[in-house]
Amino acid sequence: MATETTAQDVAQGAHEVAKAGMPQLDFSTFPNQIFWLLVTLVLIYLVLSRIALPRIGATLAERKGTITNDLAAAEELKQKAVSAEKAYNDALVRARAEAAKIVAEAKAEIQKDVAAATAKAEVEIAAKTAESEKHIAEIRAGAMDAVTEVARDTAKELVAALGGKADAKSVTEAVTAALKG
Amino acid sequence: MAGEEHSEGGLAFHPLQQFEVHPLFRHYDPATCVPANGITEGCIKWYEITNVTLWMALALLVIVAVFAIGSRGRAIIPTRIQSIGEMAYGFVYKMVEDVAGHDGAKYFPLIMSLFLFILSANMLGLLPGSFTPTSHIAVTAVLGFGFFIFVTLLGFFKHGVHFLGLFWMKDAPLILRPIIAVIEVISYFVRPVSHSIRLAGNVMAGHAVMKVFAAFAPLILISTIGVVVTPVSILAITAIYALEVLVAFIQAYVFTILACVYLKDALHPGH
Amino acid sequence: MELIAAASLGKFIGAGLAAIGSGAAAIGVGNVAGNFLAGALRNPSAAASQTATLFIGLAFAEALGIFSFLVALLLMFAV
Repeated sequence: MATETTAQDVAQGAHEVAKAGMPQLDFSTFPNQIFWLLVTLVLIYLVLSRIALPRIGATLAERKGTITNDLAAAEELKQKAVSAEKAYNDALVRARAEAAKIVAEAKAEIQKDVAAATAKAEVEIAAKTAESEKHIAEIRAGAMDAVTEVARDTAKELVAALGGKADAKSVTEAVTAALKG
Repeated sequence: MAGEEHSEGGLAFHPLQQFEVHPLFRHYDPATCVPANGITEGCIKWYEITNVTLWMALALLVIVAVFAIGSRGRAIIPTRIQSIGEMAYGFVYKMVEDVAGHDGAKYFPLIMSLFLFILSANMLGLLPGSFTPTSHIAVTAVLGFGFFIFVTLLGFFKHGVHFLGLFWMKDAPLILRPIIAVIEVISYFVRPVSHSIRLAGNVMAGHAVMKVFAAFAPLILISTIGVVVTPVSILAITAIYALEVLVAFIQAYVFTILACVYLKDALHPGH
Repeated sequence: MELIAAASLGKFIGAGLAAIGSGAAAIGVGNVAGNFLAGALRNPSAAASQTATLFIGLAFAEALGIFSFLVALLLMFAV
């Protein structure tokens, strides 16, 4: 290959020699590369160490602080929530007890009222009953007298009709005996 | 030597063309730059703006956009770009702290700069038609040897002669200690070589393999065998591209974590 | 002419031989990853803390393969 090249491309000989090896081993480009590398590295180092890294480090530290604070705040809020829940439960228990007490009192009061009313009603009912009974007894007595009268009259008329002479006294005795019998 | 320049059956193989450095604002004729023959008038000057400058500037721009502008809001609930920056920050910071120890955190901006530069250069290099600065040994060698010199000086500055204890295994048998010390010294000096060549080698190899498969893709236009070869090569490009995305990240990660390991050796040489 | 041809032949053969090293590195990398997985499945809780060690191990195993790749490239293009 090399022989061919030199034989054929005599005019380009110098060109071929320069291009021959690896570009990495072309020492004529080294000063240029090294110079620009150093410039770039110094710039990168300055940008990073002066601006970027302190800023990122500060941001990270700040974030860590914020997270720690937030966690602490969250813990505190959690404690508050727990105590609030406890207070709520306590209030609930107390309210329940109160309500039970009120219910019991009301029940007792109602019971008392009901009992009083019942007693009053019973007394009234008893009075009414007694009165009614008396009335009934009177009516009954009245009715008996009337019946006796009607029977005596009827018996006297019957006796007279049959032609007898009705003795008022004996008629009355007979009617009374019959009514009793 | 220039075999890849010649087409074979109409296919153009230029797997290394993507790595060429050329100026952006003038025509570059390689014939005017052959230092071996003393021709240097057309060579790329050290201050010239080349595609290296462009892609490094883009890497810088990405870093500025994501890390400086993206974090400007300082929001407690981060925006998407902000959380990318914060994730990268946390990732590298944890790595430095885990590997290099607590006093290594002082060098976190340096490690972060290395990581972000390599990562963004690698990722930008995966765009079709782009140039990858990290595929060049010149670049990775400056990174690797620069960091090596930095940690070595740091070790001597912090611990003085005790830094040499890194090579003197106290728990090894006395007879073996000099031998181990020699091996340790050699392996210590191989570190920057492997550190830099690993990065450049991985990136270069992946990109070159992709280009080789890409060269096979238009075979269907030339020959009937392309009916088989073209779909296979397109599938292969897709698969290798996915692998390269992974490699781009893993190589940045590996470079950074090895930098942390070397930093740890400088800060705590007593094993 | 023949000498140059022989030299490039030797270069290509040498590069091919050097590329074997990449395969050896692949075995090493597979060994590291496989052993890590075996250990991680035995004790998954300890696996997460050892990923950094895994990557360091992979990097060291791979570095030598990259060296042989580099030797191949140097033989192909630089020598």
